[in-house]
Amino acid sequence: MKLHQLSVFLENKPGRLSEPCVALADAGINILTLSLADTQQFGILRLIVRDWQKARDVLEKAGCVVKVTEVVAIEVADQPGGLATVLKALESESVNIEYMYAFTFRSEDKAVLVFRFDDPDAAVAKLQDRKLNVLSPVELYELVEQ
Amino acid sequence: MTDFPFENRIWDSAETAPRAELERLQLDRLRGLVSRLADVPFYKNAFAEAGTSPEDIRSLDDLRRLPMTTKDDLREHYPLGFLAVGRDKLARIHGSSGTTGKPTFVAYTAADLELWANLCARFLVAGGLRPEHTAQIAFGYGLFTGGFGLHYGVEKVGAAIVPAAAGNTQRQLTLMCDLQTDVLVCTPSYALTIAEAAAAAGLEPRDLPPRFGHFGAEPWTEDMRREIESRLGLLAFNNYGLSEVIGPGVSGECALRDGMHVQEDHFLIECLDPDTLEPVAEGEQGELVITTLTKEAFPVLRYRTRDIARLDRSPCPCGRTTARMSRVVGRTDDMLIIRGVNVFPSQIEEALLHVEGTAPHYMIEVDRPGTLDVATVRVEVREQDFSDKMSQMQALRDRIDREIQSITGIRMSVELIEPQTLERFVGKAKRVIDHRVTDSS
Repeated sequence: MKLHQLSVFLENKPGRLSEPCVALADAGINILTLSLADTQQFGILRLIVRDWQKARDVLEKAGCVVKVTEVVAIEVADQPGGLATVLKALESESVNIEYMYAFTFRSEDKAVLVFRFDDPDAAVAKLQDRKLNVLSPVELYELVEQ
Repeated sequence: MTDFPFENRIWDSAETAPRAELERLQLDRLRGLVSRLADVPFYKNAFAEAGTSPEDIRSLDDLRRLPMTTKDDLREHYPLGFLAVGRDKLARIHGSSGTTGKPTFVAYTAADLELWANLCARFLVAGGLRPEHTAQIAFGYGLFTGGFGLHYGVEKVGAAIVPAAAGNTQRQLTLMCDLQTDVLVCTPSYALTIAEAAAAAGLEPRDLPPRFGHFGAEPWTEDMRREIESRLGLLAFNNYGLSEVIGPGVSGECALRDGMHVQEDHFLIECLDPDTLEPVAEGEQGELVITTLTKEAFPVLRYRTRDIARLDRSPCPCGRTTARMSRVVGRTDDMLIIRGVNVFPSQIEEALLHVEGTAPHYMIEVDRPGTLDVATVRVEVREQDFSDKMSQMQALRDRIDREIQSITGIRMSVELIEPQTLERFVGKAKRVIDHRVTDSS
């Protein structure tokens, strides 16, 4: 029930964001979603793609430093309280969030929250206990690419 | 007729001694030095190995047959293995500003301190200091030789001293204005800091009282001299020295400011090709190698300064007969002086080793965008160090930052960059880009 996320180190220099994106585009890899964390000194680009192994090889070949981490995607209703419900559940289960990002779908009233936990397996078990809709990779890809 | 910007005054008649007389004195003193050094274990061994005895010194050219001394030799005999007198004879101990692991200590007898004050007085008077002046000394007072060296030199001349010490620029301005100090003594970069602080405080820096500035302890350029002079409305003088030899007072400029007069009656100076250790052609750049002829407590024979400069032995219109050395234009090792502190790239490597476990690729960039040196260390991030968590990446940066500060003693800005982006070198790597030394002087 976990997704593979690719993180790419970005130097804080003009053109640095486009390099990995161009490399993926040239390889015909579609980015399902991404998030960017940055400081004055450097940034971290986090990507979800369908074929993560291929994407990782493409990025590494392009000279990027890539790290693969497991993240958890949760589907919620795209309405007020959608995120809050999940956060409350995590809080009451004392699950620590490293970081998260979210995206929505125009065709459906759904949103997907992507979470990075220190212990994703424990987090998934607790979320499922609370009847939250943790997406498998296949479910996510279907949702995004329909 | 030479135009002097002010009265050309000479402190010590020895400065104008005829060359033949000077060279006789040097030879005599060199023989005396070699016999004194025979009691220092390091030199005793070196002389035995080379088969040298004082009787072999028949002319100054014989200096070239004598062994050399390096910074590493001093370190190996830490702390005071080079003492040539008993501890009971010591009057003072100073330390090098170097922070390459262990500091090196140097020692002085009462006679050494007297000599040192006299040598500083020589270049101070040559550069306009007069007994009626008040000098503000904005050098650190401590193990560093700059503060005390200049202090006793100014006192020797008979001028008044405001021992302001380093830092607290607002207070420097207050002292300067309220006490009407005529002479400023500090590092060249600090002179510019004072000018900027004055401007920021709504003062016209050119109207500040000092009319003479004696600047040293770090490399600077002719461009910087022009800038200091135009901003502060004073005459800026360069002086040179290093703690291992005596501190400030090895050489300094006269009123004509065309090279620094080396105090040759107390120091033998050679300019050698750092690779072959043969003398360079007259006027060519080479490594300065200095022998202390008269120092008692901590004499050094043919000390390799690692400083690159040129020597000019032509007579100076000021009347001094001593050789003049150019500004220091570089180093034979890769030592950097950043905000007055000696830094070696190997220290950055050491810091990174402490953080990472292996030596990654890095580049040090030094610049002086305003008045103070800014050092940036760019470090390539390695696959295994990269984390998707911002907190871990920040922590990595902070660890490198702290480690560099603890090893070098100064703060550098740490930038993480992508791997394989720094140039790779075959053989000796170029780890430093120094934007401060790119002008022609």
